Amino acid sequence: MDKVIFAKDLTLSYNNNETIINQSTFDISSGDFVFITGASGSGKSTLLKSLYGALPPKKGELSVGGVTLNNISSKKLNFLRRHVGIVFQDYKLIKEWTIEKNVMLPLIISGYAKDISEVQVQKLLTHVKLNHQLGKYPLELSGGEQQRVAMARALAHNPIIILADEPTGNLDDYSSQVIWNLLEGACTQLKTTVVVVTHHIPETMKVDYKHFHIEYGSIYEVN
Amino acid sequence: MKSIKSHFSLIAALFTILFTVQVYQILDRSISSYEESLRANYSMVVISTSALDEGPIKSKFPLIRSLVEISPEKVIKRLEKDMDKTSLGLLRASLPKFYKLSLEHYPQPEEVDMLSSKLTNLKSIKQVESFSQTHDQIYKLLLLYKGVTQIFAFAIFVVTMLLIAKEMRIWQFQHQDRMNIMALFGAPMMLRSAVLFRLAIMDALIAASLVLAAFGIISANGWAEPYFADINIHVTIFNYATDSFIHFGIALGLSTILASMLILTHKEEV
Repeated sequence: MDKVIFAKDLTLSYNNNETIINQSTFDISSGDFVFITGASGSGKSTLLKSLYGALPPKKGELSVGGVTLNNISSKKLNFLRRHVGIVFQDYKLIKEWTIEKNVMLPLIISGYAKDISEVQVQKLLTHVKLNHQLGKYPLELSGGEQQRVAMARALAHNPIIILADEPTGNLDDYSSQVIWNLLEGACTQLKTTVVVVTHHIPETMKVDYKHFHIEYGSIYEVN
Repeated sequence: MKSIKSHFSLIAALFTILFTVQVYQILDRSISSYEESLRANYSMVVISTSALDEGPIKSKFPLIRSLVEISPEKVIKRLEKDMDKTSLGLLRASLPKFYKLSLEHYPQPEEVDMLSSKLTNLKSIKQVESFSQTHDQIYKLLLLYKGVTQIFAFAIFVVTMLLIAKEMRIWQFQHQDRMNIMALFGAPMMLRSAVLFRLAIMDALIAASLVLAAFGIISANGWAEPYFADINIHVTIFNYATDSFIHFGIALGLSTILASMLILTHKEEV
């Protein structure tokens, strides 16, 4: 299978030069469901940031969806991000926009026609069981509902990869299960590569998944 | 409410700048108008032993607008009763030529001195009468007001620009989340900052419209003109075409430059 994410001797650090990830090599194939675990502060979220280009590699190579992230131009980075769906623990919804417009965001950015976008948004909100809430604003919804909106937004533009940073970190058991089901559905039905950073892998997972663990700056695969 | 407050701050700051610009323009126009009336009434007299040609003189001295000969006949006619024809003929032949010089603009004393000395250097010119002492107090007072207004206008411009920059910094914080989220989904810079530009342009249009409305009303009701007419100045308080163009230009220019600076200095959250 095609390697959709490829890292060789990847080193990541912030401006203070403290190395977070040290010379790690790994790859993720198209259609994989991947969990990245590790203790708090181990570098899970840092690794995810580097996968959507918010943190450039300090050393080594990193490519996502065939795009090399070393010294990437802003034009190329925007292009990559238009093919990636991102889900955050704090949802990152635009609070001044309605649910419908939030889900439509990646379609607006990718230049889809309004009528096509509206149909797609309606379909996705039905999928996440929020089609009756499309005129509401994020702060009018519960945390679980907001995360379902974020999931719908991440899926809106049919991304090749979904990156999720502790997507159930703020949710109750029921809402968490809904999110896991949606992520599994994206992987099995849409063949989207899913990379999830989490503290705990849910026991209810039905898909085969890969598991990377980060410890002392090293990334290794858990069998 | 917060949003209205932040809009009001930018509109008020832009309004202040535009109001000052218009006051400065009125003062500038009143000085130009007064200079024009002084210039129209100002002339120099040149006495020459031979006839002067206007063309070469004008090309040699760009300050000179026209050169008109003053006929001596009026004076000679007064002497007709006391002198015979032969004596009058001799007098007419021996009289020098008198010319009235009109200038392109109301001259500064140094310009008058320089022109006088250059004209006197010409072989045929015997004397130049300049009247440079007629610089009047109103003109000097207007020049003083203009200078003071320039200083105040500059100070107001600096202070209001700082206020606008601060206001826009608040906008940036308000819009930062949305801009960051849009960036995460690959929105190009223009799309991310479209809202900031829209707000800046809207506020610029409102501020310019308010200033135009204020001076339009003052002009339409003729509230200011009588005060200027009292000192013999006829000034246009508000010119709908040029003033609108200037105010909309300044307001849109300033707000878009500041919005662009904000966007260029915006750093994506890591």
